[in-house]
Order: sequence, then structure tokens, then C-alpha cells
Amino acid sequence: MRKFDTKVQHLKYKVLKEVARLAWNDTLLENLMDIPQMIIPGKTPTMRCCVYKERAIVAERVKLAMGGNKDNPNVIEVIEIACDECPMGGYEVTNACRGCLAHRCEDACKFGAIYFDQNHVAHIDKTKCRECGACSRVCPYSAIISLRRPCENACKIKAIHMSEAKTAAIDNKKCIACGACVYQCPFGAIMDKSYILDAIDIIKKSDNNRKYKVYAVVAPSISSQFTYAKLGQVITGLKELGFYTVIEAALGADMVAYSESRELVEKGFLISSCCPAFVSYVEKNFPGLAPSISHNLSPMATIAKYLKEREKNCKVIFIGPCTAKKAEVQKESVRPYVDVVLTFEELQALFDSKDIDITTLPEDVLDNASYYGRIFARSGGLTDAIAEGLKEHGFTDFKLKSSVCDGIEQCKVALMKKSKNMSDANFIEGMACVGGCIGGAGCLTHGEKDKAEVDKYGREAFEKTISDAISVLI
Amino acid sequence: MKVTICIGSSCHIKGSRQVVEGLQYLIRKHNIGDKVELGGTFCMGKCQQGVCVTVDDKFCSVSPETLDEFFNENILKQVE
Repeated sequence: MRKFDTKVQHLKYKVLKEVARLAWNDTLLENLMDIPQMIIPGKTPTMRCCVYKERAIVAERVKLAMGGNKDNPNVIEVIEIACDECPMGGYEVTNACRGCLAHRCEDACKFGAIYFDQNHVAHIDKTKCRECGACSRVCPYSAIISLRRPCENACKIKAIHMSEAKTAAIDNKKCIACGACVYQCPFGAIMDKSYILDAIDIIKKSDNNRKYKVYAVVAPSISSQFTYAKLGQVITGLKELGFYTVIEAALGADMVAYSESRELVEKGFLISSCCPAFVSYVEKNFPGLAPSISHNLSPMATIAKYLKEREKNCKVIFIGPCTAKKAEVQKESVRPYVDVVLTFEELQALFDSKDIDITTLPEDVLDNASYYGRIFARSGGLTDAIAEGLKEHGFTDFKLKSSVCDGIEQCKVALMKKSKNMSDANFIEGMACVGGCIGGAGCLTHGEKDKAEVDKYGREAFEKTISDAISVLI
Repeated sequence: MKVTICIGSSCHIKGSRQVVEGLQYLIRKHNIGDKVELGGTFCMGKCQQGVCVTVDDKFCSVSPETLDEFFNENILKQVE
């Protein structure tokens, strides 16, 4: 049974699991230094040059599992000693070049950067190359490769650069905490800080939910996760972990869709506020458009606010696919409502830290939201929900022209057009991750089938309309 | 009088929305809105007996079918 996509995720999981296991037993502090040796036993290295380096890196991962560097406000951090300092020479011609006659690379290059030696082998003049990749695409031998670092390639906002020590460095002023680099770094050198210890502490101190109730609010993208078990078993597992009950963040999405569709009609133009990384991107790069960001809190914060307003001392832990949510809860407007944000990766570690095998558990139910709330998990779902919200409000005269963008590159294009008055869209749905939340960096698996799973899960909802789903919220 | 209806997943599937809407209707119909305060909660820990409703501290198991009877016995009679 394969729970994760990559071995990097698996290593991160092993560390999280061990830290959590010790924390449940109140033995973390005395055993902290032993964790690297427990995870990397023996003398034969399996990942790096030697076991000592492997252990040193695991020790850094332990720190991140315990909340990371408190002096660094960013929830995404580079583990410097784990960074392999990948070469970053841009496009290079490899020895697969056969010095052919066609020289398609030369024709494809608009900048005259390709030249040939006496053996007709191509070379790239770095002073002329603009890194467009045209030569690479036309070479019949695939002889031209890009030596861009995977982290820099993943970071579409260009927040990652090389430090003086040649390791990756994150510019916190630019970073939107989307986590793309976290998932893409093949050495696992960039990680999201974990707040599992806060979650464990909250659960333990609740005295089995007698002192206060601990609510788990789960993102709708859970439908594409834990595919080795049934969703109902995940819900039972959450309760076994010590949560009082589980609520769909999608119900918050229903609330947002209902309120945001009204806000759209009032204001005439709106930018979605659901995705914290997208909101951060707009604020940092298109400040002129920031006033048009919807004033609605995100679905997570909306349902958490509802819970906290009705039960003052309860605790709310959000579990989702998102690293940017960890940054969102640091905002003044959200902090009072959500106590901890966990990812699905971390939830898997928590299950296993308590030896909870969810596949053996009976199925519980999870059903609070409508179809529309649930499809927020995929790109385009929010727009469908806004259209439905307009319909349910009776705003039949208002014509929704939505620009649906997933991935920062698409978001950038849509925002650029809007800022230059070149777009007639009256709504911009922006999701920082490709595919929407189901492509989030904190997912266990990043499968192709995810989108269909979200719609299927949406159709299984007991409530079919947004109004019906939110009518129970009295 | 405080009437709390469970709107958690299990009770939701058993009809808590119909119970909420039914109670709202009946309270309006009998004009006792000033005497009864409706509220929702996620889970009362007795999912088997859902839809779970409490009237002040008294626990009641209600379904959309038994709603009228529940309302007459536990709400209307008590406030009159």
C-alpha cells in the first residue's frame, strides 16, 4: 500500500510520526536527540554520502516537525544542509548532440545564441540566451536540457534564488507559501513548518473533549486523499485521535458562495478570497486590485468563526492540502477562529503515531455541505458555486463572467489583463495550485483522477443547493 | 426556553434540516418566537438517537415524522 507519491514525503512522514508518537507519550524532550538515529539506523547510507549527514538532516526535519525556526515568520523554510546545491546553468547542450545537418536549434533560436564548433556540435552563447527553451523543444535528440533548479522552476513568483552559499533561499517578501517548491524539491530541502505538536497539545489538554471540544474541520479535497481507505473510516480515525467531531470546510464554502455572490452583485467586480496563496499574490503583486478582493473570509475561517461564536472555548483544527493555510491563520482576521492548521500528510503521520489503521475502522459519516460547497476543491468549482448562489438569490439579471485560473501563471495573466482594463471578467477565481486545492502541496497523492473524484464526492452530498445546506445554521 | 438541534453529519442525514425548518415554521405559526430560542450544535454524542434535540437540558430523539408530536409535548405545552 503506497500512501505517498514520493520518498521525500515518506521521509518527512517518518519524522512527523516519530515526533508525534513521543509527544503523545510526553517523552519527546528526553528522546528528541535519538530520533535521527531511530530513523537512520546502521552504517550504510541510503540517501546521502554518509549516515551522519543523513542524521544531521533528519535532526533539521525534527526541528521543522516541532514548528521550525520561530524567528522566521515564513511557514516555508529551507533546510540548508539538505539542499544539494543543484547546478543552475540554464539551458545546456549535452553530449547527446550529434552535430546534425538540420540545426533546428539554430533556426528556433530568435536571439542568435546557438553557435557550432568545428564538429558541428551546438553550443549556447550564454550572453545571448534568454532561457526561452525553443532550442530544447525542437532538438530531435533531446540533446538540450534545462539545468534550472526544480525549486526555482516550481516557484512561479520567483521568490527562490541562490544564496551566497549556493543553497536555495526564499525571499519572504515575495513568497506566498503555496508550497510548490516543497513538493518539487527532489531532496526535500524545502519544507513547511509543522504544528502537529500544537494539535496534540490541544487534544491532550481537552481531557477527552470534557474541558473543551476540539473540532476537526476538513477540506473537501479530502475526497481525493486517503484513497486506500473509505472516507467514513478517515472520519472514525479522526475521532479516535481525539477530535470531538468532524465538520466539512465545504459548509463554510457554501456560506462563502452564498454571501460572495451577493457581494459580487453589489460591487460589480470581485476577486475570490478563498485561496490564501492567491490572495497573498494579489496583495503583493497587484496592490491596485487588492481592494476588489472579496471581503468574505475563506471557507475554513468562515465555518471556524461560526463554531467559535457559538461555543467560545472550543478549539478548531483545520486539516487540508494547503501549506498557505498555515500562513493564513497568522492573520489577525483569522487567528481568533482557527487554532491549528494541519496537512493531509501530517494527518497520516498522526494516525500512524497512534497506530490507528483506518482501514480496520468502521465507517462514520461526514455530510454538512452541498454539492457546491464540496466542489470548491477543484478549479472552477468556486465559479460554479457563485453562479448557483446568484441563481438562488434570484439575481437573474446579473451576468457572471468569470475568469477561472489555476496555477500562479494563469492567475498572473488574468490579473495583468484586469489591471490594464483588457478583460471584461467581473469575477476572478484564483487558485495558486494547478487544478485547485486538489493539487495542494500538503496532499498525500497528486493523482490525475482527482478532479472527477471531487465531483463524485460533491454529488454524494445530502443537500443539493447552497441555501438548503446553510439553512441549518441557526 | 432554549431548543438546540444537532446539525452534525449523522443527524443531518437523518433530517435535521427538516427538523430545523419545521420548528421555525411551528414557532412562527404559534407565535411563540419570543419564548423559544433555537440553536444549532455539531454533535451531541448520541448519534444513534438522532435527530438529537435538547429542550433546555432535556434530551429528545426527534425525526421529521415525530416533529409535530415533539413540538406539542415538549415545547408548546411547556411555554403555555
